[in-house]
Amino acid sequence: MDINWHDLFIVGNPLILGSQIAILLSVIGIVALLTYLKRWKWLWREWLTTVDHKKIGIMYILAGVLMFFRGGVDGLMMKAQTSRPEMNFLDAQHYNEVFTTHGVIMILFAAMPLLIGIMNYVIPLQIGARDVAFPQLNALSFWLFFSGAMLFNISFVIGGSPDAGWAAYFPLAGKEFTPGIGNNYYAVAIQIAGIGTLISGINFIVTILKMRAKGMTLMKMPMFTWTSFIASVIIVSAFPIFTVALALMTLDRIFGTHFFTLSGGGMDMMWVNLFWLWGHPEVYIVVLPAFGMFSEVIATFSRKMLFGYKSMVFSVVGIALLSMLVWVHHFFTMGAGPAVNSVFSITTMMIAIPTGVKMFNWLFTMRKGRIEFSTAMLWALAFIPCFLIGGITGVMLAMSAADYQYHNTLFLVAHFHYTLIPGVVFAVFAGLYYWWPKMFGHMLNEKLGKIHFWLFTIGFNVTFMPMFFLGLDGAVRRSYTYSAESGFAPLFLVSAIGAVILALGFATFCYNIYWSARYADRNISNDPWNARTLEWATASPAPFYNFAKVPEVKTLDAFWYMKKHNEGLTLSDDEIKEIHMPSNSGLPFYMGIIFGITGFLLVFEWKLAALVAAVGIIIGLIIRSFDYNDGFHVTVDEIKETEKSWRSSDGKGVKNHVG
Amino acid sequence: MLLSGCDGKLVVFDPKGPAARDILDLINWSLVFMVVIFVFVIGLFVFVIWKYRARPDNDGYEPPEEHGSTKLEMIWTALPIVIVIALTIPTVKTVYGLEKPPAEYADKEPIVINVTSADWKWIFSYPEQGIETVNYVNIPAGTPVQFKLTSAGTMQSFWVPALGGQKYTMNKMETEMYLTADQPGEFLGRNTNFNGRGYADMEFTVEAKKPEDFEKWVKEVKDTAPKLTEKKYLSLLKPTHLGRETYVGTHLQWVDHGKMNSGTYTNPELYEVHGVKGKIFKDEESKDKSTNMDGMNMDENSDGGEQSGH
Repeated sequence: MDINWHDLFIVGNPLILGSQIAILLSVIGIVALLTYLKRWKWLWREWLTTVDHKKIGIMYILAGVLMFFRGGVDGLMMKAQTSRPEMNFLDAQHYNEVFTTHGVIMILFAAMPLLIGIMNYVIPLQIGARDVAFPQLNALSFWLFFSGAMLFNISFVIGGSPDAGWAAYFPLAGKEFTPGIGNNYYAVAIQIAGIGTLISGINFIVTILKMRAKGMTLMKMPMFTWTSFIASVIIVSAFPIFTVALALMTLDRIFGTHFFTLSGGGMDMMWVNLFWLWGHPEVYIVVLPAFGMFSEVIATFSRKMLFGYKSMVFSVVGIALLSMLVWVHHFFTMGAGPAVNSVFSITTMMIAIPTGVKMFNWLFTMRKGRIEFSTAMLWALAFIPCFLIGGITGVMLAMSAADYQYHNTLFLVAHFHYTLIPGVVFAVFAGLYYWWPKMFGHMLNEKLGKIHFWLFTIGFNVTFMPMFFLGLDGAVRRSYTYSAESGFAPLFLVSAIGAVILALGFATFCYNIYWSARYADRNISNDPWNARTLEWATASPAPFYNFAKVPEVKTLDAFWYMKKHNEGLTLSDDEIKEIHMPSNSGLPFYMGIIFGITGFLLVFEWKLAALVAAVGIIIGLIIRSFDYNDGFHVTVDEIKETEKSWRSSDGKGVKNHVG
Repeated sequence: MLLSGCDGKLVVFDPKGPAARDILDLINWSLVFMVVIFVFVIGLFVFVIWKYRARPDNDGYEPPEEHGSTKLEMIWTALPIVIVIALTIPTVKTVYGLEKPPAEYADKEPIVINVTSADWKWIFSYPEQGIETVNYVNIPAGTPVQFKLTSAGTMQSFWVPALGGQKYTMNKMETEMYLTADQPGEFLGRNTNFNGRGYADMEFTVEAKKPEDFEKWVKEVKDTAPKLTEKKYLSLLKPTHLGRETYVGTHLQWVDHGKMNSGTYTNPELYEVHGVKGKIFKDEESKDKSTNMDGMNMDENSDGGEQSGH
């Protein structure tokens, strides 16, 4: 094991040197701050060992926002490099690393945790459960995700970044063409995070099927619960494919097998198929919960129940089924023949049918409503036209013969940013503005929220609209530069300016979090939006046991019904019983660390050391098997105390139903 | 059309051959539907949020609770189905049509050009003429060209947007494509599938010449260009950037990378960049083949037809 320190730490690039210094300083800063405030114990007790779905949700969201920042900086660097022809801001190799990490981070380490974070916080509350079905497993999911994300993120300062694109097509991603260890990070880090995601999927399926409040039948579940349930089903069906593909990639790269290589009878096309067999369903894993959030927000701020609830449910199930049948549309140009391309054109276009149904249902939910333009609602409204553009260009791309001209151009890049940004990022913002008071007991500032909204949506359109036209003019994706004669320069410049506006929007959001945490009014009710679903029936922020008494569900929009009929809103002392809750555990955190260390050693191909570290994983499993801790009981007195603190105020001075 | 209205036409909207024209017809057909859908949905959207917005004077308005409407929901399920069918039929027709030589030039016998992509250059072999070019390809205008596509290494995509759509080039695989230029002219082609450091420069030019000029050029090449040697060819496969090059003879006499059991020609050690180097696995079998060129001839009898169309 001869370590070359010069190679280990990437040197000689001012951008990377700057990041190395920044990382070092922020680590020192955080350690110093925690020590100064004497918060180490608090950190361990309240966060690192927690099994509370709400805290885990918040940690997911925090990690997601951080990763969104990292992925966003990657995006800005790409936009800076392509703002002028023949720019020398990044060289080809650096640009390749940047777009690879941008893709992986945005999809797997930003979109996924933001959505899973919101699912974590909201779903148990929405179905009237005390926690998820397997709370400790939930913590393990988070720490595995976090460990994978951190491992992936250090690649650019230690050892070298992956540089074969987020889809890591073979043979390029094999040792024959990328002999450095950069792409080992891809294979190993995503694998670790993926295990976490798979476990999350199982956890949510069981939670939603087994832990709903009394009376909440499947067809009385809130739409966000439905879409998250279906997304979890897709996770469980699609992620194992990726797990296997990544394992084969690891074998190819680290142990010299020939699954996808050119030599030894490997089959590079097999990787492409396996990748998209996971990759396309993955798109729906992120977009379905987002659809659910829009449904909740649109219903709440239109003061109406969701129009066509049943057809919404059927269309979500339809999208899930179709999502597994369309993967070939990512490579119509592979020459599979006209019959195959025709079939996959049809299945892909069929996705437009259930999606169209959802669109119209949202529009008709608003019709005859009383639409309030809160920040959350603005995100949902902007989603409709922007996603429509993403949708119709998607149908255009689905027409395989036409795709021969769009494939791998910026037209495609514009299309999927027009689906993923309105479909996921807008939804996450809508969800955060909407559920923030439930999570933290104060709202995000609406004025800053609107500035954030306008900067972000305008910036988004200015960034990505020109790319449709660039693509039709022959500009390809992933190219670090272009010639002045190509005539692409003006539109690229417009796009780069848009990216700056987009970034300002995100900065406003971060400032809004800070401002609201310091100055926002804490004196708000548990139901500031006059909402419809159960999570608003308990305190804001929700107590750790969620509900003192789990409400009984009679109809869809259970909380709305309770408010209209004045049922179950009050709590008498004799209704309060002891509550059984799970105990904290340090084991998931330990597992995250040991997985991270094992992964790191494997990335550097120090196989023996990795094997030794892997023993730590087995030890963790053994410890867990002999864990007989059965949780604890919350006493009636403690519950009474907690409930009194938010129920007794008689609504005096409490801002309710702010618009 | 909005997209082709401006004087500097976007390349996809300015086809110079039958394949690109067929695709453009399909794109224009789809655009009509997309514009109608867009206008309709946006119209409905603006109408709804304007009419039903919260105003001070409708403060007490209690929206009705409606569960949905089977009739409406049927309509907006059925309509997209109709649209999908209307788009599917021409798509399938075009997809099948593009696999054949263009009907407009049915009377002309297509010429064959083998395309081999390597890092980071395009190699064009004219088996009938016995010449080979790098990073440019001359074709006779008005004659269909059957491009047989393969790659010596990474997966790449062959695209000449003015003449038609694109297709992947893959090692040990052969894909095919017909392109035809209506008139003499110069067109830009490039790789669209990312393949590492030199990807951005993987461009080539297609020059369609008058048939007699094409013949003249072939003859000229045969008289003046250097002969392609095996050693020279192996050096072409190394990851380099090259300008235009021209040779007499084609590399097909030594290896056709489109054949399933052609050798593996990789140079992993030439791809090292910054960062930690991983272990490179040497494959004995492929090493033998790439150094011992005689071995290639054994593959002559193998059936290439099986791989084409993958």
